[in-house]
Amino acid sequence: MEHGSFKDNSHATFTLGEEDHTLANAVRFVLNQDPRVTVGAYTIPHPSLEKVNIRVQTTGDPAKEVFKDACQELMQMNRHVRSVFDKAVTEYKAEQERKEKKAAEELKRQRELFGSMDIESN
Amino acid sequence: MESVEEEEEEVRRIVTDEEKLEAKNFNIFDLPDVPKGLPPHLELQRTRVVCEVGAPLHATGTIYSGAYISSGVDNSVNLENFSEDFKVDVISLTETDMVFDMIGIPQGIANAFRRILLAELPSMAIEKVFVVNNTSIIQDEVLAHRLGLIPIVADPRLFEYLSENDQPNERNTIVFKLHVKCPKGDPRRKVLSSELKWLPNGSELLKESAGGSTTNPKTHTSFSRSQDSFPEFADNPIMPSFEDILIAKLGPGQEIELEAHAVKGIGKTHAKWSPVATAWYRMFPEVILLKEFEGKHAEELVKVCPRKVFDIEEMGQGRKRATVARPRDCSLCRECLREGDETIEGEANSKGKAEAKSEGKAEAKSEGKAEAKGKRDWVDQVALRRVKNHFIFTIESTGSQPPDVLFTEAVKILEDKCERVISELS
Repeated sequence: MEHGSFKDNSHATFTLGEEDHTLANAVRFVLNQDPRVTVGAYTIPHPSLEKVNIRVQTTGDPAKEVFKDACQELMQMNRHVRSVFDKAVTEYKAEQERKEKKAAEELKRQRELFGSMDIESN
Repeated sequence: MESVEEEEEEVRRIVTDEEKLEAKNFNIFDLPDVPKGLPPHLELQRTRVVCEVGAPLHATGTIYSGAYISSGVDNSVNLENFSEDFKVDVISLTETDMVFDMIGIPQGIANAFRRILLAELPSMAIEKVFVVNNTSIIQDEVLAHRLGLIPIVADPRLFEYLSENDQPNERNTIVFKLHVKCPKGDPRRKVLSSELKWLPNGSELLKESAGGSTTNPKTHTSFSRSQDSFPEFADNPIMPSFEDILIAKLGPGQEIELEAHAVKGIGKTHAKWSPVATAWYRMFPEVILLKEFEGKHAEELVKVCPRKVFDIEEMGQGRKRATVARPRDCSLCRECLREGDETIEGEANSKGKAEAKSEGKAEAKSEGKAEAKGKRDWVDQVALRRVKNHFIFTIESTGSQPPDVLFTEAVKILEDKCERVISELS
């Protein structure tokens, strides 16, 4: 829901239902990074109601577009986070497997060594 | 007059087109001796939280992208910078716990992940309990509450939400049975979560039907096929995460018979549906020794820190120095900043002679001078800071899903939220 003015579409307040600080703070951060934005803030009118009001004021561009761009950028950042995380986890798991294999081989080698030593001593 | 005109003509000829272009593209920061970046105190403000004895400073970040534009520094975190700088380092990963570092992510987004992990990731938990017989001393509702809190190993992605109007079927409900008895004459016994039996065919309790007894008896669920037949559950049956959770205690002659239905939900509705035991993050600590700690002071420093952050380094000729060995373990207890009495006789301020030491001690007791006994005052010598964009995340799962899967799902949920907003706006 957008509350703005018909004449000047660069200032608007967006009301999101069923949202809270989780999304609002993250979007607020990305919004403020945009150089077109003069005011990017959010408020929760009452904690019992799950509504968030996000205020966007820009230097001329329509507020709706700027807000949409911010959400889009947040989405892409999340995708990037996910891909980097998945890669890091796969690498870690592979590294662990390698270490385990090495340790198992080392153990096997030592056992064989001790085994052969026993035969020799006999 | 003419000579002046000639001079002007000469001046005009000297400025060529190339030079004009150069002048247009001139950037003062390209000159060799102009310092690049922010001055060190501003850089400190921008990237570190300084933890003083009283309270932290510069905790809120400057997120305005043009804050330092006059110094030529771009403070923005747009997608390109973020993609280049973002890094993840996994420190440890087991089936239930995970510790990993996230570097280069803004604080608001890291907190969003934490909130989603706690409250908005779905999981399965017991919601409805049909009590047939309960003669134990644990009341029905208390028993039902306890059953709800038991974590269940079932991937919630394989199930759908059950709403008010839906019929419970094999796609949205898991049915457990609990039937325990303590025979007369036996000692008191414990009822553990291992006694919850999974019923893959659905409910066994018959509903009271309005029609005659000739109609098919209906149970409380309508399973069209057994959950056993699903490939995911064929080899690993659904059961509680831990087998030794105490549900109730039965005295001789007491009995509990009930059926429990588990459904999908999120932590926001009730904490039993939170798939993590807990999830938290802390900022990466940075400990800096502003002045050299030598000899006895170094030993004092190493002794004072409860997390063993500092180490002694031998410098040859018997001299010792304190170094910061494990800044990651620092818990910000601020013991190294706290004023206190030195426990080791300080040599730094005394004359260094054995007699002076004992005399100095007596003097201090009578005169209370700081120097002779050695009052510790390291507030200016140790700097405790936190790096703003570097988070050490810990996720402890309850067992239904491994922690790395949980984190990936949390990021997906944030993406979905953004998408919902975008589609509403369009």
